[in-house]
Amino acid sequence: MEREHDKFHDQSRRSFVKQTSLLAGGLLAMPVLSKANFFSGSSDVIKVALIGCGGRGTGAATQALSTKENVELVAMADAFPDRLKDSYDNIKEALGEKANRVKVPEQNKFTGFDAYKQAIALADVVILTTPPGFRPIHFEEAIRQGKHVFMEKPVATDPAGIKKVLEAAAVAKSKKLNVVVGLQRHYQNSYRELYKRVQDGMIGEILSTQVWWNQGALWVKPRKPEYTEMEYQMRNWYYFNWLCGDHIVEQHIHNIDVSNWFMGATPLTAGGMGGRAVRTGKEYGEIFDHHFVEYRYANGVVMNSQCRHWKDAPSKVDEEIVGTRGRIFCDKGTIVSHKGKVLYQFDKTKENNPYQTEHDELFAAIAKGEYRFQDAERGAEATLSAIIGRLATYSGQVINWQVALNSGLNIQPQRYAFDAPPPVLPDASGNYAYAKPGQTKYFTT
Amino acid sequence: MTRQYMTLLLGLICSQGVVAQSQAFEPYEQKLPGTALSFKMVPIKGGSFTLGSPDNEKGRNKDEGPAAAVQLSDFWMGATEVTFDEYDVYADAEKDKTPIPDGMTRPSPPYIDLTLGMGKSGGYPANSMSQYGALMYCRWLYAKTGVFYRLPTAAEWEYACRAGATTAYPFGNDAAALKDYAWFKENSDQKYHKVAQLKPNAWGLYDMLGNVAEWTMDQYEETGVAQASGKDPWIHPTAKTPRVVKGGNYQDAAPQLRSAARLKSDPVWNRRDPQIPKSFWWNADAPFVGFRIVRPVQQPTAIEAAQFFEEMIDKYKGAR
Repeated sequence: MEREHDKFHDQSRRSFVKQTSLLAGGLLAMPVLSKANFFSGSSDVIKVALIGCGGRGTGAATQALSTKENVELVAMADAFPDRLKDSYDNIKEALGEKANRVKVPEQNKFTGFDAYKQAIALADVVILTTPPGFRPIHFEEAIRQGKHVFMEKPVATDPAGIKKVLEAAAVAKSKKLNVVVGLQRHYQNSYRELYKRVQDGMIGEILSTQVWWNQGALWVKPRKPEYTEMEYQMRNWYYFNWLCGDHIVEQHIHNIDVSNWFMGATPLTAGGMGGRAVRTGKEYGEIFDHHFVEYRYANGVVMNSQCRHWKDAPSKVDEEIVGTRGRIFCDKGTIVSHKGKVLYQFDKTKENNPYQTEHDELFAAIAKGEYRFQDAERGAEATLSAIIGRLATYSGQVINWQVALNSGLNIQPQRYAFDAPPPVLPDASGNYAYAKPGQTKYFTT
Repeated sequence: MTRQYMTLLLGLICSQGVVAQSQAFEPYEQKLPGTALSFKMVPIKGGSFTLGSPDNEKGRNKDEGPAAAVQLSDFWMGATEVTFDEYDVYADAEKDKTPIPDGMTRPSPPYIDLTLGMGKSGGYPANSMSQYGALMYCRWLYAKTGVFYRLPTAAEWEYACRAGATTAYPFGNDAAALKDYAWFKENSDQKYHKVAQLKPNAWGLYDMLGNVAEWTMDQYEETGVAQASGKDPWIHPTAKTPRVVKGGNYQDAAPQLRSAARLKSDPVWNRRDPQIPKSFWWNADAPFVGFRIVRPVQQPTAIEAAQFFEEMIDKYKGAR
């Protein structure tokens, strides 16, 4: 998969990372796994730390502990003690008879903004599932400490974060650390089969791609009087860009990434429009409720991307890839000719659970001492693609990939602490300023 | 069950003047209080019938027999599957003009829209909910209307579906006529459709076969039919899963739509829920499942109803 992907990359594209060839298996020295250790005494144990104990992190940890390998959860970290406790209880419950794989004594449960450093130190593999704004610093630290990584998408919320991830990704390669990113369509049977057929020329040359993530509303957590502004934003992280990146980055990245994957390229530019049509209350922070972005690739191909959070409007989460000889409806797993003849239909009974597969494959590789996964770059490429979409809809300008990447744009707070001010603050009536296309500016485009 | 909630139930029944037994045994429309919505209920006259299928029925599965003679009491059944228009009054606080009854919660929204773009408002069947989500709707409806509605038993469902027929389908043994009655593999275009677009069965029930498969409140057991006997048979749940699902769905081929066919619910229906704890309310991978409701003519007392909901809902939280 990965090697094909690299070969398929259009050499003329403005790649911002040097392509490196993958080794065929673990031929070089790999980081040594923890041997006999003070938890189990077992020599083949793979120790895992969970950083970010929300619903997704709890799910990812459960999947890691459900693999065939001898995996143990030895440390957990979260900003909030209540989230950590719920997560710990839920992992144990979900694992059933494998609950003995959870070996996290009280002293290995770390809370607060710096908790991640201590938890990472205790493990061979770290799971990074905090809100995405923290991903760059967490990933950098995990690689610095020589750990394999599973991290959720997106991998940053701003270009400065992307740079940090790319730098750490290069170090991960030199250290032969496996990195899997939760863009799980790459681990899903139907998408893998569709991709193979694109490679084999079933739809000819790609002419355009259309991608969607249209859905209803999400959760909101009510403000409590005891919350500092930082705590309020952390608990409602979805609605603040420094933490979430807006839903085009946090969710729609999946579909944008499929377009990049099948194109074997990343977009050169993004231009589009968006706003707050129905989700206008102060509890929805600063993010938009819809975006429509026209991305252009170097070879002229356009990706039309739309995403929205509109309650009671029809939903659609899908990708459609149009080629000279046919088109793909990804969610259906169908390839048709332009005359409507079905050229290929994926047998849905052969679908896997990609959320489990990504852990199965990662831990199998680690147990065998193989270096097989370097998803961090792809994760960064997909994330930056989505970020320039947001910059385009917010500013109303056409945003150039390379200019954005080199802009140094950083929307993170100066200091991470519950008494520190977040980078965006509400006005006297509790409303947050949001982007105004045509007025909002980021850098000279 | 809090004393407060019990009192509320009694209060509702009195204040709304709904006395369940006063409903004549004929078709009626149930209004959803505080909305312009209503749904049709059809009387199903009780009687005897043979549950399950004969050994020689084409496409038969082992769990459909040996067929058993059983009797059923009178009940009403929803003429259609419960629609999203109706379900959303419960699920979406903004659509409900009246407060949620004490001690009840609304479904948490699924992490993606599980209608998968097939359609939601305007008469599409509610889909993807767990059995828990379906039963909680019944509990809410009881609090709202004072009328006790619940899921059908597998026997009630099959009796109503057959509408007196002993053949594989309510209209005979030839699957060729299915397309006039049911959305299934051959005519659905891989999606569910608005309810009541095709012909009803002889007793006025639409989409019993195909469209969305329907929850019943029987625990699934291989020998469920063989065990059935006497009056109003029901295999009571002893665990959160599995349950019997009837009617086949829009993805199924004709044999899965036979009146006797039984589907076993499966945890795999929610395997793609990436969060832990998994949702109590929704199945992330079962867009083909929905439900319809029944109203027993012999209505339970408020205490009996409360006990029923405790037994079926609270004891098996998140049943699927």
